[in-house]
Amino acid sequence: MASATTTTAATTMTKDVILKVEHLSMRFGGLMAINDFSFEAYRGEITALIGPNGAGKTTVFNCITGFYKPTMGMITMRQKSGKEYLLERLPDFEITKQAKVARTFQNIRLFSGLTVLENLLVAQHNNLMRASGYTILGLLGFPAYKQASKESIELAKHWLERASLIDRADDPAGDLPYGAQRRLEIARAMCTGPELLCLDEPAAGLNPRESLALNDLLQGVRKDTGASILLIEHDMSVVMEISDHVVVLEYGQKISDGNPEFVKNDPKVIAAYLGVEDDEVEDVIAEVEGEEGGLK
Amino acid sequence: MSNMTNKLENAGGDLTARALREAFYAGLISLGLFFLFVGLKSDQNILNELILVQRWGLLAVFVIVAAVGRFFVVAYLQPLNARRKASKDAAATTETREGYIKRNFTVIAGVLLILYPILAVALFGVQGSLKWVDNFGIQILIYVMLAWGLNIVVGLAGLLDLGYVAFYAVGAYSYALLSSHFGLSFWLLLPIAGLLAACWGVVLGFPVLRLRGDYLAIVTLAFGEIIRLVLINWTEVTKGTFGVSGIAKASVFGIWSFDISAPNNFAKYFDLPMSSAYYKIFLFYLILALAALTAYVTIRLRRMPIGRAWEALREDEIACRSLGINTVTTKLTAFATGAMFGGFAGSFFAVRQGFVSPESFVFLESAVILAIVVLGGMGSLTGIAIAAVVMIGGTEILRELTFLKSIFGPDFTPELYRMLIFGLAMVVVMVWKPRGFVGSREPTAFLNERKAVSGSFTKEGHG
Repeated sequence: MASATTTTAATTMTKDVILKVEHLSMRFGGLMAINDFSFEAYRGEITALIGPNGAGKTTVFNCITGFYKPTMGMITMRQKSGKEYLLERLPDFEITKQAKVARTFQNIRLFSGLTVLENLLVAQHNNLMRASGYTILGLLGFPAYKQASKESIELAKHWLERASLIDRADDPAGDLPYGAQRRLEIARAMCTGPELLCLDEPAAGLNPRESLALNDLLQGVRKDTGASILLIEHDMSVVMEISDHVVVLEYGQKISDGNPEFVKNDPKVIAAYLGVEDDEVEDVIAEVEGEEGGLK
Repeated sequence: MSNMTNKLENAGGDLTARALREAFYAGLISLGLFFLFVGLKSDQNILNELILVQRWGLLAVFVIVAAVGRFFVVAYLQPLNARRKASKDAAATTETREGYIKRNFTVIAGVLLILYPILAVALFGVQGSLKWVDNFGIQILIYVMLAWGLNIVVGLAGLLDLGYVAFYAVGAYSYALLSSHFGLSFWLLLPIAGLLAACWGVVLGFPVLRLRGDYLAIVTLAFGEIIRLVLINWTEVTKGTFGVSGIAKASVFGIWSFDISAPNNFAKYFDLPMSSAYYKIFLFYLILALAALTAYVTIRLRRMPIGRAWEALREDEIACRSLGINTVTTKLTAFATGAMFGGFAGSFFAVRQGFVSPESFVFLESAVILAIVVLGGMGSLTGIAIAAVVMIGGTEILRELTFLKSIFGPDFTPELYRMLIFGLAMVVVMVWKPRGFVGSREPTAFLNERKAVSGSFTKEGHG
């Protein structure tokens, strides 16, 4: 993987950059889904990617996690150890395996016929494969695999407790209620041991109480594992509550980037969400500024 | 009290009235349906003229059967089913312990299988046991093993393979050719045949990796046909349609031989009367051991990360990739492992028949093996074994039903109805148990208790 690993010097930013997306473009036939999009996510932070429907958020995610190969641009993942990976050059499964980027899906993708526990064990595939000597030693009953197998169940148990799913461990994943399935998908992604966790609309379809539980889970993940989180979300109560940094995307282009407070009051963002004509943007900006003045 | 009995009687009267009414309608409908089909028949008389033959008697039989059948269904069968369902629902809450037989099914089945040839010899004598050991025992066990091998590809990894018989053929010809050209022993060639078949599994796996669902099925079907056509046309090596004959018999690890001329002949060594039954009994235990190996490896593999990855692949391939699983190697190992067991079974087949020809490896064989896997319940070893007994044992039993000739006349050959009954039985089973005999899935790991996963959650895979 030497080709994918570069040894560029650390950025001059004061914050530690974990993911750097530069000039990312993705074209589907005649449609420019993402156009020259750049942003940075910082280590230990929760970065939110928001934007109206069809803005290209999920496409950005798919480019980062290797499900799409971008038309142009560079995506650099910097691990804690200082190792760097160029994600656009890695096949999708290597991005999880080597670069340690895990993801969840907008429409939940669990292994519905496997039990909750098995779902978490599948996520530890690469570790267990190594421990089982690529199946051969494990098949012959070597103790190393038994030990690793026990540890994997312990890890699964840890995440089941975190996601409050421990009572349902032996039930099929497809039998869980919707909110629990969302939590299980996050727990499963965490079982791969990621440094960057990408969540595609984790709060979609959750009721307010479940949304709050999700906030706690994500805050806990960040605090305890040190994993950074990148999330797409429509639910502003989640975005504004937990994210440290918000990037706004519209028609494949970045229109705003900053802390939640800044983004919330950015006239361009308001225009994008309320949907005004291009020539009215100036009016909206003036209005917003006027309101702020009034409040003061 | 009298009120209640009255009510019950009323209900009974209502039921009979309803049954009579429905029987009348059923008779009417069948009269309308069969009037032209059965009641009238166009025929030619001796002058070659078209005439209408009237068959009112036959029509009456059809109508009466429909009406009486409907009456019995409404009056007796439906209330009976309803009662049974009600009592089952009531029992389900109280009875959670499974029956003794159900709990120890594998042990009992294993012991019975080991005792089977001994029982056959005791009941039918040495010569009489031949049919039971060979036609039933070995034949069924070969299919059990093949279906267990295919189960890894179709049942666990969810890759629909319609050309499984190709690996069976590779195994059979590997043994047949290597043994007749180089005189190598069965015990050496068995693993070699398995390895060669596994190699072909990988060769097939590579081009089909990008295909899913129907497309995968078609390519595997074509692969099976390619192998068969190569066997037919590459006459210098395979002798084409004539096949390879005179294949050496297996020996008991080289200690005792079953060749009549050999000095260490098994029967001679033990001063037994000459019979081919000993060889068949030996082959029975051999295929039993091979099938047991397949089951053991499958059970072990399911608890390994690779086995879990296969099942995860069946459930959702994209999610697998998002978890860092290399789906390419995962699919290839599934193909190779399944093919290896097909190869073992193939070399056993060659040893048992002493003759292989491309005719034994037609598409129908693949279809039968796949049908066994689907009928048994994808992924379930027990279910598949039961399905193999039903399907293969059933067709063998048809040969035994000579008494049917006295009913249907001397021209009647029950074997010819094999496929008809086969198809009918499959439709019935799929209606009755859409997920196969054993529709639930055993989890590979558990925290508190092992609960079977209902078939409604598992997916069939899409390629």
